Amino acid sequence: MSDLTRKTAVELRELLDAKEVSAVEVATAHLDQIAAVDDRVHAFLHVDREGALDAARRVDAGEITGPLAGVPIAVKDVVTTKGIPTTAASKILEGWKPPYDATIVERLKAAGMPILGKTNMDEFAMGSSTEYSAYGPTNNPWDLGRIPGGSGGGSAAALAAYEAPLAIGTDTGGSIRQPGAVTGTVGAKPTYGGTSRYGLIAFSSSLDTPGPCARTVEDTALLHAVIAGHDPRDSTSIAQPVPDVVAAARLGLQGDLTGVRLGIVKEFTGEGAEPGVLAAFRESLEALVKLGAEVVEVSCPHFEYALPAYYLIAPSECSSNLARFDGVRYGLRVGDDGQRSLEEVMSLTREAGFGPEVKRRIIIGTYALSSGYYDAYYGQAQKVRTLITRDFETAFSKVDVLVSPTTPFVAFPFGSRTSDPYQMYLADLFTIPTNLYGGPAISVPCGLSEGLPVGFQIMAPTMADDRMYRVAGALESAVGTLTPPAL
Amino acid sequence: MAAISREEVAHLARLSRLAVTEEELDRFAGQLDVILQSVARVGEVAAEDIPPTSHSVPLTNVYREDVPTPSLAQEAALSGAPDAYEGRFRVPRILDEEE
Repeated sequence: MSDLTRKTAVELRELLDAKEVSAVEVATAHLDQIAAVDDRVHAFLHVDREGALDAARRVDAGEITGPLAGVPIAVKDVVTTKGIPTTAASKILEGWKPPYDATIVERLKAAGMPILGKTNMDEFAMGSSTEYSAYGPTNNPWDLGRIPGGSGGGSAAALAAYEAPLAIGTDTGGSIRQPGAVTGTVGAKPTYGGTSRYGLIAFSSSLDTPGPCARTVEDTALLHAVIAGHDPRDSTSIAQPVPDVVAAARLGLQGDLTGVRLGIVKEFTGEGAEPGVLAAFRESLEALVKLGAEVVEVSCPHFEYALPAYYLIAPSECSSNLARFDGVRYGLRVGDDGQRSLEEVMSLTREAGFGPEVKRRIIIGTYALSSGYYDAYYGQAQKVRTLITRDFETAFSKVDVLVSPTTPFVAFPFGSRTSDPYQMYLADLFTIPTNLYGGPAISVPCGLSEGLPVGFQIMAPTMADDRMYRVAGALESAVGTLTPPAL
Repeated sequence: MAAISREEVAHLARLSRLAVTEEELDRFAGQLDVILQSVARVGEVAAEDIPPTSHSVPLTNVYREDVPTPSLAQEAALSGAPDAYEGRFRVPRILDEEE
């Protein structure tokens, strides 16, 4: 039954409903696929075979029902799972077993979804390639010599390698959407506050947003509906009903966008994107026009300052958040010889436990927040955030959604951007503005450039997540999904 | 002109409790300079009359009812500690001996 791994979540549910397969068979097929291919892909940092099979047995026993019951899932290793190792791909948390589940993990369990394991990522979600994982990179199933995107490259690669039909990611500056784009899968960043951050190891608290990843738009929407919604344990969680993203995706899949206005950001055209990426984007745009959509050019003059603002705000927040890794309450402790002081042990622990990108960001954040530089850097970045939000609001008074390529370039070869950190940052050029604004955005496969997947990004107003799913569904109905080469 | 010197990076690393090596300092100083020169562009826009945005959700003071709820058991809270002693986190010495 190895072809079970080729099924979508929707198809798996149909087979389960018809009693043609059991949840244990579905989980086993995916665990076997992980065993067969993950030595080449390295999407997983930890596989929980017994836990996944236990959860599947409970579904087979009829204890849990629901639209995704019995559909297995992979969870990014930055999300806490009770009793299951959670490292955020950092040496500083090696072997740590959280004493509690994240809210979204509680919801997956309540929905009867077997958790296959924890996926690889850039350390503490800082990066665009998984090359900053302390446990080695994930390889892109489309070309094992290329990056799978980041930070959530493990989750995206697990989908493209048919190791899991669904996955959880987190998106701070594009960490769901950019891996989705370069692996030919779908990834959605919900409205900030639409999904709970409780149990998410914090990187940049005003930006971090957990979200769904899958191979189709409808599967992504189904997972979105399971994890989204108000959580009193997250003080920035939005206490409003979740938009009906599943209905919107299905409406879109009918292939009619009559009257829908798509905004092209003038400042994004021509800036930095590879010709092949632009070509695939424009072809997809024409396909949407054939479905009845109208294309309007809009100006967002401050978007060009989004990348600089982000790379001040995110490091500033991370320098504060990562102060918790002090070698006292959990994780690594280095150099405690009975002679050294707490401060010395703390410094040695953090030096040994953090990788280079995390250190760079902590130092930049400390600089941007320090007296004398605060106004020029962090304070100024927060003002830019206001201007970018205004750009979005003005644009959404004229159009229903904004569209762009997800990332300027297709999956790049390993090592090609690590020597110059700023070159790596450019991978997030088109995804970052949304994070600063807080609205939802999704990446959908839209074709190939030089044999590698290209992503199409759809951005919507805050709490209009359903709107982006409608357009995403319509795009999928027009251009189809992508099938990676066999491993 | 460099935005940040090697000495400043060393100072910031100390503030951040990172015992960085000499080799790291050499490498980071150049890299951080490139990054800071790039991000300094935020100074080109945003005049004084623009209010800052710290957060995209317009919420303040989210309270819950003041009622006790179950929390982590002591054993669970200490389960990941590098060192624990009699129900507490054990830490290296905080004061110098002469203090």
